[in-house]
Amino acid sequence: MKLITAYIQPHKLNDVKEELYKAEVYKLSVTNSLGCGQQKGYTESYRGVDIEVNLLKKTRLEIAVNEDFVQRTVDAIIRGARTGEIGDGKIFVTPLEECIRIRSGETGKEAIG
Amino acid sequence: MKKRIALTLVVVGLLFGGGTLFAQDASTADTIKLYKQAFDMIWMVMAAALVFFMQAGFAMVETGLTRAKNAGNIIMKNLMDFSAGAIVYWAIGFGLMFGADSGGILGVSKFFLVGADPATYRDWMFQVVFAATAATIVSGAMAERTKFSAYLIYSVVVSAIIYPFFGHWAWGGGWLGQMGFHDFAGSTVVHSVGGWAALAGAMLLGPRKGKYVKVGGKTVVKAIPGHNIPLAALGVFILWFGWYGFNAGSTLSGTDLSIAHVAATTTIAAAAGAVFAMFTSWVWFGKPDPSMALNGALAGLVAITAPCGAADPIGALIIGIVAGILVVLSVEFIDKVLHIDDPVGAVSVHAVNGAWGTLAVGLFANPANIDGVSGLFYGGGLHQLGVQAVGVLTAFVWVMATGLILFAILKGTIGLRVTSDEELRGLDTGEHGMEAYSGFQIFTTM
Repeated sequence: MKLITAYIQPHKLNDVKEELYKAEVYKLSVTNSLGCGQQKGYTESYRGVDIEVNLLKKTRLEIAVNEDFVQRTVDAIIRGARTGEIGDGKIFVTPLEECIRIRSGETGKEAIG
Repeated sequence: MKKRIALTLVVVGLLFGGGTLFAQDASTADTIKLYKQAFDMIWMVMAAALVFFMQAGFAMVETGLTRAKNAGNIIMKNLMDFSAGAIVYWAIGFGLMFGADSGGILGVSKFFLVGADPATYRDWMFQVVFAATAATIVSGAMAERTKFSAYLIYSVVVSAIIYPFFGHWAWGGGWLGQMGFHDFAGSTVVHSVGGWAALAGAMLLGPRKGKYVKVGGKTVVKAIPGHNIPLAALGVFILWFGWYGFNAGSTLSGTDLSIAHVAATTTIAAAAGAVFAMFTSWVWFGKPDPSMALNGALAGLVAITAPCGAADPIGALIIGIVAGILVVLSVEFIDKVLHIDDPVGAVSVHAVNGAWGTLAVGLFANPANIDGVSGLFYGGGLHQLGVQAVGVLTAFVWVMATGLILFAILKGTIGLRVTSDEELRGLDTGEHGMEAYSGFQIFTTM
């Protein structure tokens, strides 16, 4: 079991969701996040005074999958989120020790699927 | 007339009864004239202030019904269409609309308020807020994707030229008014003019990204929910409040005893509009929809604006009911059939119901209320209805033609629309380099 965590541009979420749906990945969590990477920030101004905004708004996806789904999930996220510009985001794949479905008490592979 | 004489007698009675200082050295007739002028002055300037406050209503309605990432841009558009519009209306617009008539087509004096007397200042004050109302209607229909600089230029042109020309034809002594066209407070002159300009703008601008999505050759209509319904509701209440200045103020005289009649018909139609838009949405969508009910109240107000003086309360009720049903059907038609993206329903509320209200004069005008204006249901035959239809059609043709030309020129020169990337990130950061809700985390994923 793996946990796939992806940081993407907020406005690419719909495209990513669409690609995941096509790849038959239907379960995901989405949260707002702030972060900075290679993409430099930008400046806003408030009443004539500049504000440096270097923590940019990003969207974080978390998807827990079985091994055989890892590659197609990663591919789907890339298809949806890639524009070729700096700031497209990153994907992290980490091992997942256990997964329990609260309603039924199922664990492991069944609980994820 | 009878009412005014009655009031005059009351004033005379008070003067003699009270034995004021004034009556001693001025003749009674002069005193009465002065009092009448004072009544007019107070009532019209106060009504102008009420109508001015409608700008706040428009700003709140439009902000509430659109997304958080564009809220600062909406506020700027509402502030600037009034501010820029007021200056050009002072310079050019008022003269074109209410200057000495030339051939029934345009006015040719009073530019820059040169040599204005107190009565002219009073009239300008009352008219400039009406011009701004027409201008600001467009902002909502073009929300969330229009270049700010293009919108500024539009504001100036509509307040300086498009609105005043039609206004002169109907109200400034022009050919429509001479025909007997009756638009008491501006269902057509103000609301339809703004509404048709909004339609022209929304058509040339195209829909917001993600509003109409092509799936397998079929266009799927997506909802883009507004971010603050309580703010939209506050806006509608403010508009309703300001409308008492808009309609009742259009009596144009503080000694006109039909002020209360106008306020009453206005209230009844707005209430009926809200109730029947709610019922229509309930039947159509399965639940009573708050934003449609809010649109319904505005639809009732727009529709009663032309017939508020001429119609009886029962007529006002029917006009409001039809407006409430019509606004929901029109929003559905424009969105789901025509695929024209109007985020706040401005075209349905102002253009469609402005046309309906203007035609309603030809149906529900009771000649007992206003001399010489008699609708079909009060034995007036089809004459008034025909004249009203000419006015409605003229507004459509004039505004659509000039509006499409104006927006096409803007599109071809400085550009009408922000870049796709800016639209996704929001116009607050893109156009103004700031955020309306700094310190809040906002989901801007669409």
